[in-house]
Amino acid sequence: MDYPSSTCPLNRRQLVDEYFIENRTKLLDIAAFLDRLARAKEDSPEQDFRMAAFQRGLGVLSESSSSRVSQIEMIFSDPTTEPLEKLDVKSARGAYEERKQEVR
Amino acid sequence: MQYIDIHAHMVSRTTDDYYQMAMTGCVALTEPAFWAGWDRTGADTFEDYFRHLTEFEPKRAVQYGIQHYCWLCLNPKEGENRKLAREVVARIPKYLDRPTVLGIGEIGLNRNTRNELETFKDHVELAIEHNQLIHIHTPHLEDKYKGTRLIIDALEKYAKIDPRRVMIDHAEEHTIGMILESGFWTGITLYPQTKVSPQRALDLIEVYGPERICVASACDWGPSVPVAVPQFMMEMRRRRHSDELIQQVVYENPFAFLSQSAHFQLPHQSKNIAAASRS
Repeated sequence: MDYPSSTCPLNRRQLVDEYFIENRTKLLDIAAFLDRLARAKEDSPEQDFRMAAFQRGLGVLSESSSSRVSQIEMIFSDPTTEPLEKLDVKSARGAYEERKQEVR
Repeated sequence: MQYIDIHAHMVSRTTDDYYQMAMTGCVALTEPAFWAGWDRTGADTFEDYFRHLTEFEPKRAVQYGIQHYCWLCLNPKEGENRKLAREVVARIPKYLDRPTVLGIGEIGLNRNTRNELETFKDHVELAIEHNQLIHIHTPHLEDKYKGTRLIIDALEKYAKIDPRRVMIDHAEEHTIGMILESGFWTGITLYPQTKVSPQRALDLIEVYGPERICVASACDWGPSVPVAVPQFMMEMRRRRHSDELIQQVVYENPFAFLSQSAHFQLPHQSKNIAAASRS
């Protein structure tokens, strides 16, 4: 299936003019979140699995690509292909963690 | 401009939300059966829920000029309970002839378990047996990619499934390609946190084109916006897309998919809701 690369009527300069401020804000929000974590007391020597994925996602942002969103979504995704034997937790947590066997 | 919201859990919303949706151009919406936020205690409770969806909500909506349609099922969040699922599936057929029922949904997967997959197949077979449209929920967050793959693989094993009569909803950048390439309709749901923003939804339209894609608010009892579709329309205007394209995405596309059910009619032609409001 062939897809057009983009049908957005705005050119690159117009997109920057339209969207720069709100995305500047989002970038600063991420920076503030990371600073907040850095200031917080440590509660475990191990890095949280969600933040490990988050850090890998940040790396994708600086790459030259037109599929950054998909790449980051796949970093967060369960890479396995077989169904779970039974329900472990009721709700997803945002990033994949290797399955634990006990049912919570 | 008028729009149709193909995914809105109005049992969780106030009449003020109907009012806001009506004022922003909503003329019809469809409500898939959903999880209450906690597991129900038994199949009997679904009888009340299905009556709520097919009797009470259409009356509430029509006061604001909105036609309310629904989909019936046991939601994937409760799909792990096979006994409950079998009991609920057995109760659904008696509701399928009700004038505002469009089909089976939103079925699908939650955490991608074997039991959830079996419950999903039970519903698919029910839809095939009764020639119903199907509306499918794909899992959240880290479970979405794997769950979408499992759902498509399962559907493709049924020779009687026509992908043009199936909506695989909650698509994102990493799943929309596999859904469209398999011939299904897809939905993009506009959520402030866990799904897709209006900006990203429009990116997907710009990259994949508008064919077989709908957008919806998926508003429910969680953080969500009942007027998310008009927010998306504003985003399209912000990028200077034509009114014709906006109308295709928010009105003509959902109309084309939903009209495959004989129960769904053009808002100004529908007699179903008028009948429901009189009963």
